Amino acid sequence: MKYLKLLLILVFALLLLFAASDLPFRGDPDNRMNQQTSMTGTDVPGNYYISEAYNDAHTPNIVTVVLGDYRSIDTLGEQIVIFTAGMITFLLLRKRRDDDEE
Amino acid sequence: MKNRSPSPIVLLGTRFLSPYIMVFGFYVIFHGHYSPGGGFQGGTLLAVSLLLVRIASGTKIANLQFKDYLATPYAAIGVIIYFGTGLVALIMGGYFLDYEQLPIPGLEGADLRYWGILIIELGIGLTVMTVLVLIYDNMVKGEDYA
Repeated sequence: MKYLKLLLILVFALLLLFAASDLPFRGDPDNRMNQQTSMTGTDVPGNYYISEAYNDAHTPNIVTVVLGDYRSIDTLGEQIVIFTAGMITFLLLRKRRDDDEE
Repeated sequence: MKNRSPSPIVLLGTRFLSPYIMVFGFYVIFHGHYSPGGGFQGGTLLAVSLLLVRIASGTKIANLQFKDYLATPYAAIGVIIYFGTGLVALIMGGYFLDYEQLPIPGLEGADLRYWGILIIELGIGLTVMTVLVLIYDNMVKGEDYA
């Protein structure tokens, strides 16, 4: 059983190495992910973000503009998720504390 | 573990360190337009500066720095800042969270978007800071130095 585990780990590691050997190089301009149009022929929104983010918001940090302006409703959802996590601990643990005092 | 009292050396060290971490948190929030950072990261740093004193000294001394019953309302206020910014833009005739419609005098166009992003980052920072403090306070309630 121990050798079976070892064999499985080895096979899986070789599989991952085989898969990683075919990955494209990072930053290669000829990659599919760096093209201006996607596989279906439509324009990729990243082009607009890179070329127009400073003109739209006068903010040098593109990530901040994408997070706070272009994708701001998504960020509102993230904030509400964090708020909900806080409310859950507030409600659950506060209830248990009241029970202990009785 | 009967004799659990806060160590004065540790307390002094955390009291020395806490304001500097807080200043760095505000820097990360307000400089997020020019460098990596923003509301989530800066809010976490602000929470760390509060939690450091809470861990070192216990609830009673830490309440001098930040009252534990204020955490829940402040978290709600952070969400209301974000949602209210979007709602004001909606009422002023734009889309939801369309910062160009915010009624700030003396600014227009891209500068309004600049300030709108800063306002929502402040809301996010307030919520993240208070929620992390709230989770810690609720988990250790009645089990720390008191």
